[in-house]
Formats: sequence, structure tokens, C-alpha cells
Amino acid sequence: MLDLLVFVLAGTLAAATPLIFAAMGELVVEKSGVLNLSIEGMMATGAATGFVMAKVSGSAIVGFASAALASALLSLVFALLTVGFLANQVAAGLAVGILGLGVSVLIGKNYEGTTISPIEKIDLGALSELPLLGKVIFAQDPMVYVSIASVIAITYLLKRTKLGLIIRAVGESPDAANSIGYPVVLVRTCAIMFGGAMAGIGGAHLTLSYTPLWAEGLVAGRGWIVVALVVFGTWQAPRIAIGAYLFGAVSLIELFVQGQGFAIPSQLMSAMPYIITIVVLAIISRNPRVVRLNHPASLGIPYLRNE
Amino acid sequence: MTELLSLRGISKVYPSVVANDNVNLDIDEGEIHAILGENGAGKSTLMKLIYGVSQPDNGTIQWRGQTVTIKNPAHARSLGIGMVFQHFSLFETLTVAENISLAVNGSIASLSKRITDVADSFGLPIAPDTMVHSLSVGERQRVEIVRCILQEPRLLIMDEPTSVLPPQGVDLLFATLRKLAQGGCSILYISHKLEEIRSLCDNATVLRDGKVVATVTPTEETTQSLARLMIGRDIPVTRQQTASSDGRVMLDVNQLSHTPEDPFGTSISDASLSVAAGEIVGIAGISGNGQNELMRLISGESLLHSSGSGTVSINGSKVNRLSPEQRRQLGFAFVPEERIGRGAVPDLSLGFNSLLTSHNAGLTRFGFIRFAAMAERAQQCIKDNDVRCGGDNALAGSLSGGNLQKFIVGREMALAPQVLVLSQPTWGVDVGAAADIRQALIELRNKGTAILLVSEEIEELFEVCDRLHVIYEGKLSESLRTAETNVQQVGQWMSGQFLSSPRADGLQHFDNQKAAGDSQSPAQSPSPRIAP
Repeated sequence: MLDLLVFVLAGTLAAATPLIFAAMGELVVEKSGVLNLSIEGMMATGAATGFVMAKVSGSAIVGFASAALASALLSLVFALLTVGFLANQVAAGLAVGILGLGVSVLIGKNYEGTTISPIEKIDLGALSELPLLGKVIFAQDPMVYVSIASVIAITYLLKRTKLGLIIRAVGESPDAANSIGYPVVLVRTCAIMFGGAMAGIGGAHLTLSYTPLWAEGLVAGRGWIVVALVVFGTWQAPRIAIGAYLFGAVSLIELFVQGQGFAIPSQLMSAMPYIITIVVLAIISRNPRVVRLNHPASLGIPYLRNE
Repeated sequence: MTELLSLRGISKVYPSVVANDNVNLDIDEGEIHAILGENGAGKSTLMKLIYGVSQPDNGTIQWRGQTVTIKNPAHARSLGIGMVFQHFSLFETLTVAENISLAVNGSIASLSKRITDVADSFGLPIAPDTMVHSLSVGERQRVEIVRCILQEPRLLIMDEPTSVLPPQGVDLLFATLRKLAQGGCSILYISHKLEEIRSLCDNATVLRDGKVVATVTPTEETTQSLARLMIGRDIPVTRQQTASSDGRVMLDVNQLSHTPEDPFGTSISDASLSVAAGEIVGIAGISGNGQNELMRLISGESLLHSSGSGTVSINGSKVNRLSPEQRRQLGFAFVPEERIGRGAVPDLSLGFNSLLTSHNAGLTRFGFIRFAAMAERAQQCIKDNDVRCGGDNALAGSLSGGNLQKFIVGREMALAPQVLVLSQPTWGVDVGAAADIRQALIELRNKGTAILLVSEEIEELFEVCDRLHVIYEGKLSESLRTAETNVQQVGQWMSGQFLSSPRADGLQHFDNQKAAGDSQSPAQSPSPRIAP
């Protein structure tokens, strides 16, 4: 029984990490008033790029860095369409998302089905040997801790810093932000590229740690869950993280239940993490006041500077 | 001595209109200078040019003797030009201090202290850690002013600042502006309110159709002479006639309480009013005090929640659960505050826009549109109301605000409604057209329509209403007969004074009896009452 608990809890942190990276990026993008639906494609591009570059160079750091760069470049296409040419954000997001999936297949073409040794988990000696806590908290791979740090950093950024205020101001009323002298287009473009880089890192975590191999379609809808997490997490980093861990936990429980051979259709089981996460988040985000206070008022609306 | 700001030959052309045509303007240090003009005269465009929001097509701007190109608002602020907008540039989900920190350097803590200091020295109370969405429009204006003062501007642009203030708030604002001017800050004061300009400003530049028609000293002018400069003719006077109501209550709102879905909205508490056939009842109040919520409940756009209580009755039948369409079938018509999107669909032609509310007036047959009848009806409305447009096929969005408003009001009046409810029908409409709308309202009343009029312009309410209520924080005062009250009292009530001493002044209140009667039998459907 204890083994099971360790299995689920330790696995939860790892499974949630790609979602947390991508969701923290998307949170910043949406807070600046842009709805980027291309997360799935950007995660896939990051996953493939990270895998190939890590394999070629032998360095996971190179892998993550090039994943961030590749997805940020892809998101620049999205920024050009939506912030530059004022294209519909939903349509542009879907198009760039599909483009990203295609790019990922192209990049990973010669590596389809190959594996890589996953990035090493940290070893804190005695601490990591502690029963229960050791395995869950002190024996994860480094990116798990980086993702937790990113939740704290993004919370602090948005709530306490001038830069965070500017991002929120641009997302609430770009006209007003412009009238007091902030460069709306620049802020949004930077936010979109940051979001792209984070989605790339999240994708790379999938192929370099969580399931250390490359296969087409490996992101498997996680990019869409990220979009849902940000909305149903009412644009608050801690709630989004809770949603991501919930998703991770249910994914792990599902694996366990399947392993036990219960007579439940596996398709239903595979759908459970998605269903449960959405339902739980939808229920906790019902408070209209909280939504109104955190929802970026100009989300999805193209901004044309008033001449 | 060189002027602080000097404009020479400024022109700005938009695709459909010449907004500014060869404008010259000089402002000295410490001067309070008015820009006077009607809506659409080019005042706002001129301010945008000075504040760097847009660039002039021709002409030069000199700032403290130097020719400058003001690239953007940030540049304008670095030169020392501040602006308080008519539609505020504050962020609702941030606190006052956070909002100000976006424009003024410093930590939140140090800014909070400076905000309190400035606010105290000018007598403008503000709590720095309040969320902006919880502030009234008047308080938001204070935040904007304090934000500007903290930037130590040399020129402060105020765009129609008194439109959001009750009369006594205007005095406080003027005292603040005079104090600023004494400290050497020049003020550019945009308004179309003549009395204000005469009492506040040292000089006035009058704009008409984008051109400067005169630069005058307002104290040496009369209201009439300024008006003639501004609109090119005398302001038309509305012919008021006494009401001839037969006392049938056509619209009755009885002890209505409601909390809106929108958490930033205003809750309505225990609001009662009634409008009889052949009378005009007004609702005065600063915007954001629940007018919008009350209007939505009356029009049927919002339905009462299960937690709400009270009734709305039209022509004797209770309509709480009826849709807007069903209410219209009872002879109800409504002109909402927003023209675009609520009063009219911008991407549809005027013909289709008239179809929206008039489809029952013979414009459809077996569910099919009768295009000839539709066009004819729209053309009639255009002709009757002197709507300047490209005919019934013109898109609603292509009309100027004032012209579209004339069309919408005309469209609803053509339905010959028994109950007509209007929200801000003359907002942004030029002086002549506004007078036409008021005249039309009075004529409609004389034909026996019950009219409810929500307006922020007290003068307008006194001009056309038989009685008026005041709304404050979602609470409705009892009604005052306009003939027996004055702007002073209504102004005080607009800041909530009716709540503390509703009957201290000895004026006759129409609603005394009604309130007493209703509290005993709240569930009863309203019976006809005797109106004065």
C-alpha cells in the first residue's frame, strides 16, 4: 500500500511538470490579453527539438535550451499573425498549433521510436532514502523543482512586480495602457514568446524525462489541458498548479488501476484525467467575482492602436 | 514671454471628416484655457494631438518655445503634459496605488504615502489600497487627477471632467484646478458646458466643425453669446407644456431588489416608481449608481433572480418573467444607453435595424421579410427625424453617434409605444438634435405615452420631466415634482442625501401615499392610482 502511495505521489510531480511549464507560460500570455491555442503544437515542437538536440549533443541542458528556442520561434509566427496582422487569435492559434505538430514530426523523422536515457534524478543521499517523503520529494529530476520554482516566480511576478502590473494592465485595457505610455505590441509579443519558450521546455520534459523517447503524437492533448487549466484555474498560478497535479495524480491512478486488471474499458480510463481535471476545476472556478477579478478583460481581442 | 504651448496651423483629416482645420492655439503658464465646442467639433481630436495619441497632418506644435513632434503619450508625459480622460484610463482589477505606480515611479509603499499627502492637500480623499472597480466614477476621476498631479505636469488636459460629477463635486474640482493653476500648472479645459467655462476659465477657444471660430474671454461673454459662437445659432428652446395625464399607471416598478450577475455591478434595493400615461418621469443620478441594472430589469434584458424580489408591471400586467420581446408586445419600447451593439447592430443596414424592433408593424408576412415595407419604414424614420445618412441601405455603424441616436429614438417613437423608456437619449448628440429629441418626447407625452427618462444631465431632466427620482447606490429616492424642486436639491440627493433625511425639506412628495399603500400589500398587482 505504501509502495502504491509513493508510486502515485512521486509520479504525480513528474507527470504534472510538463503541464506546469506550459501553463505558466500560457498564463503570462493570457494575462497580457492574448489567447494562444497553439500550445499543443508548441509542446510537440519542443518535445522533438529537445529530444533530437539532447541526443545529438549528449547534453540535456542543450536539449531544453533548444526546445525553448524552437518553440519561441514558432510562437513568433503566432505573434506576427495576431499582434502584427491582428488576425483572429483562435484561428491563428489553431493554425500555428497544427503547424507545430507538423514541424515536430519533421524534426523527429529520423528518431521515431528511439529512446534516450532520461535526465538523472537528484540524489541527496540519506534524504532521498527517507521512507515515503524521500522518493516523493527528494528524488525527482531537477526540472521538477524548476517547475515548482516557476509557479512561485510567476505568482510573484504577476502580483508584486512592476512588470507584472504592466502585463496585467495591457491585458485588461490595452487602450488605457497605451494612453499612459506602455508599448502594448511589444509587451504582448514578449509575453507570447515567453509562453512559447515555456511550452517548449514543458514538451522537452516529456521526451527527456517523463517518457524518454520520441514518437509522433506523444504530447497527446496535454497542450489542450494546459489551455483548460489556465482558464479553469481562473488565471491564478497556484490554482493552475493544483489542477496540473490533479491531472498528474489521476493519470498515475489510472495506470495502477489498469495494471490491476479491473474490467473497465481502457479508453474510459485514459480519458479520466482529462474529465476529472476539467470537472473539478470547473466546479472550483464558479465564483463569478473571482473570475471577474482575474480574467484579463481584453483576452482574445485584437488590439489596433487608435490613431 | 513665450507661451507654454503654441499650436500653429494644425490640421488633422480622417477618411470621412476634417477633424481639425488650421487650428491655432496659445496657452500661457498658469492659465486655465477652455476649448469649447459641440460634440464632433474636433475638441477630442485636438487633445489627442497634443497628448501624442495621434499625429497632426499639418502644422507645428511649440512647447516652451521649441518646436516638438509629440510621438506618443509617454513622450507627452515626459514633456510635462498630463491628461485626465473622459473615459478613464484606469485598470479596474488593480488598486489605486498600483494604478498610479504604472504612471509614476516609486514603490507601492512610498507612492501610497505620496498619494495620501497630495490627496489631503487638495482635499480629495482617496484610499490608496482600494480596488478601482469599487470606486464611483467621481472617485475614479480623483484618482486620475492625483495621478497627474504626482507627475508634476506643466499642462493638465481635462476632457469633459464635470460630466461624471454631482453639482457640488464640480465646486471641489474647480477649487482643485484653481489651486493647481496658482502653482503654475496650465490647464486645458474641454467642455461644452457654458456656465462652467464662464466661472472657471481665463480664456476660451471656440471650435466649430474643426475650425477655430473665436478666442474670447469667457467672463466678458454671456451664455447666449458663447452658445451662438459654439453652434452658430441660438440654442433652440424646448416648448414645455403642462402635463395632461389621465392618471392610468402604465409602468410600475414595485419594491424591486436585485443583485446583478456581474460582481462589479450595482445592486438595486427596494426601488419603486410609477409612470402614468401622459407624463414624463426622470431618473437623475451619476452614472454607475444602478441605472444600468434598473433599466435592464425594466426592459427584460435581465430577469430577477430567485434571490431578488419585487415586481415590474407594464400596462397593468406583471412582466417579471417576460422576455424583452413579450414586453414590447404590451406596448413597451426601450432606447438603451449604448447605441452600437444594443440599440442598433452596426453591421446591418438601417432598414434591417428598423426591422429589429418593428417587425410586428407589418414588416413581415408568414415569417418572410417584406423588403419594400421595411425600406419604406426606415426611409420614413430617416425623413421624420432628419437623420443624416446614405439612405436606408447605409450601415448603422457608418452613422455619426448623434445621427444614429436620432434614428434609434425615432424608430422606437414610430412604434407609438404606450410606455417608452430611454437611457441617456441625448448623450453625445449635438445641441440642436438634442433639443429636437426632447421636443419629440414632450409631443409623445402629450399624445398619452408614459415616458421614463434616465439622464445624467440635470438640466435636461428639468426641461422635460414632470417628476423625477434620484438614484444613488442602487437606491431610488421618492419622486419630486420638477416644478417644486431645484437643481440644488437634486444635486444633493445625487450624493445620497435623500437616504438620511428624505422628507426634511417639506416639499410635497408624490410617492408618500404609494409607499405606504404598497408596504401593506406588496404582492398585489398594482391598481390604477391618481396621479397629480
